[in-house]
Amino acid sequence: MGTISYILQKEFLQIRRNKMIIVMIILMPIIQLIILGNAADYEMKHINLHVIDRDLSTTSRTLVSKFRASSYFSIVNSSFDAEVADRDIRNDAADLIMEIPHGLERDLMRGEQAPISLRVNAINGVKGGLANAYTTQIIQDFNGEWLSDRYPGRAVVLPVGIAWSNWFNPGMNYATFMVPGILVLLITIVGVFLSGINIVREKEMGTIEQINVTPIKKSQFIVGKLFPFLVIALVELTLGLGIGRVIFGIHYVGNVGLIYLFSIVYLIAILGLGLLVSTITETQQQAMFIAWFILMVFILMSGLFTPIESMPRWAQIITDFNPVKYFVEVMRMVLLKGSGMSDISRHFGIMALFGLVTNTLAVWNYRKRV
Amino acid sequence: MKNSIIQIEQLSKSFGEVRALDNINLSVREGEIFGLIGPDGAGKTTLIRILTTLLLPDTGKATVTGRDVVRDYKEIRKLVGYMPGVFSLYEDLTIAENLKFFATIFQTTIKENYHLIKDIYQQIEPFKDRRAGQLSGGMKQKLALSCALIHKPEVLFLDEPTTGIDAVSRVELWDMLKKLKRMGLTIFVSTPYMNEASMCDRVAFIQKGEILEVDSPEGIVASYEEPIYAVEGGRFYQLIHALRALEMVKAAHLFGETIHVTTYRRIAPEELARAIKEREGMDISVREIEANIEDCFISKLHQIIH
Repeated sequence: MGTISYILQKEFLQIRRNKMIIVMIILMPIIQLIILGNAADYEMKHINLHVIDRDLSTTSRTLVSKFRASSYFSIVNSSFDAEVADRDIRNDAADLIMEIPHGLERDLMRGEQAPISLRVNAINGVKGGLANAYTTQIIQDFNGEWLSDRYPGRAVVLPVGIAWSNWFNPGMNYATFMVPGILVLLITIVGVFLSGINIVREKEMGTIEQINVTPIKKSQFIVGKLFPFLVIALVELTLGLGIGRVIFGIHYVGNVGLIYLFSIVYLIAILGLGLLVSTITETQQQAMFIAWFILMVFILMSGLFTPIESMPRWAQIITDFNPVKYFVEVMRMVLLKGSGMSDISRHFGIMALFGLVTNTLAVWNYRKRV
Repeated sequence: MKNSIIQIEQLSKSFGEVRALDNINLSVREGEIFGLIGPDGAGKTTLIRILTTLLLPDTGKATVTGRDVVRDYKEIRKLVGYMPGVFSLYEDLTIAENLKFFATIFQTTIKENYHLIKDIYQQIEPFKDRRAGQLSGGMKQKLALSCALIHKPEVLFLDEPTTGIDAVSRVELWDMLKKLKRMGLTIFVSTPYMNEASMCDRVAFIQKGEILEVDSPEGIVASYEEPIYAVEGGRFYQLIHALRALEMVKAAHLFGETIHVTTYRRIAPEELARAIKEREGMDISVREIEANIEDCFISKLHQIIH
């Protein structure tokens, strides 16, 4: 027992001496959460619209004015020439072209279909998709109003009426949505990067050579390496949850204790991964590179930035092996929805299994001798 | 004869195509300073790493303090001290912290074995709160030696301790090793410097993974039979080539200010001087000398190569 406590003492001492790590531990949550939490917003304002109104009727003007009134759109230009409009898109002056054909009002009066053409600049897929969705909604609104004006007193039959209501995040506040997710990233970075690099450092400096001839046990050495980072990651979590509560005013619905419990299981899995990285590498540079590669995949396929549901089937299967995905889900479920232990027991199980696999592989791969 | 504390039998180790150790047989006696001497890449570090249980041999057997290096590695680790060739302590910890760390993981205290390291540690103690990374080469080495001794090992392994340190520190180190020997430690030390052989009780000369000779330095010198001459004068480069071109000369090597020449048969020194005078027109002085240990090793090397 004396040995392990002194090993831990030494590890903490070394971490404390490393000024860069200390600065990062404090700055990382502040920068990532405050900047990213505020910056990440999937709502799109001021989509630049180019209007070609060939009808120039009361009806078409009403439709255009609806777009003008919407805060989602700004009408940057209007013309009667498709080529001018195309040029606007090419120059990035417009994101969307709406072309109202000649005879819109007449066709509507006759009860015929009146097609409106929309062309979206889909260079930025997210922006294009959103522009499309918003436009469709405005045109649908317009349809409804037009019908009820035209046939007052008659029941308006709209194909499908959609009414939105954002559960668990009533104001559709993106910080509420993003902050718990970004917190997961923070913890993952501490887990994979710091632990992975720390052990390789001993290899690179040659200190592992001296350690290996001592009667120190493999388990003592590994616990000594992993425990400090578990503690640091939990400190990060606490800092992050505090920032979420105080600065973003997020109301945590669920049991925060459950988050800590899950974090510990998650961290053991992730630290095992860091350890595995360090056993297969010889230098900090190699470890850094591999850890970065793994984290890239984990983060981009975590469902934090791209919904997993929109990925192709094979990619969805890959995400089943992504621990970050489970933690993001658990964070959101518990903190925003108030899910309890029974709701996330599957996540616990998978994470425990993940931890078992990574740690077994790491310990098996880490040998004192060649 | 004292008991052997390290016993190596037919030990071999390869790294891929490279045969680092080839059928090594050695025996180190209790309480002696045993020197492993050989050029870079001869297999010195590999042998030490096998004996300190850091590396597994391919074939053969080795025991340290009677324990097998493969099977009983856990016990051996408690009984040996190891100072690797490169500084391997924590540079971000202070002298005192490093020492305390190694004492603790060996489940002992600095106080308990202070008498062993006292002479060495006292020299760096005034700087004990300085980080190891900021120490000079000689101080680092004293710290490394202190850390390797703090658990009172029976055998101390030092891998090229004199490589890369200044001449004064080198002399100090050998003095320290002699003191440790007097305290009863067995010391196994490797070095690429042949002149350090005379500091050891017995030496083994290793070359390309093979042990060429094992004996006391005196024994090695005594068994040397070839005539050897010291040659001075003229320009070294030209002279050494001229000497090597002579039929009677077996080998010629530069030793500081003089050239040591071995011949196939005993000759009169004047004979050599005359031959050079005739060939190159250079005036040189030649005298017959006693071979030193370096001459012996070089001659050994020659036998292997030719």
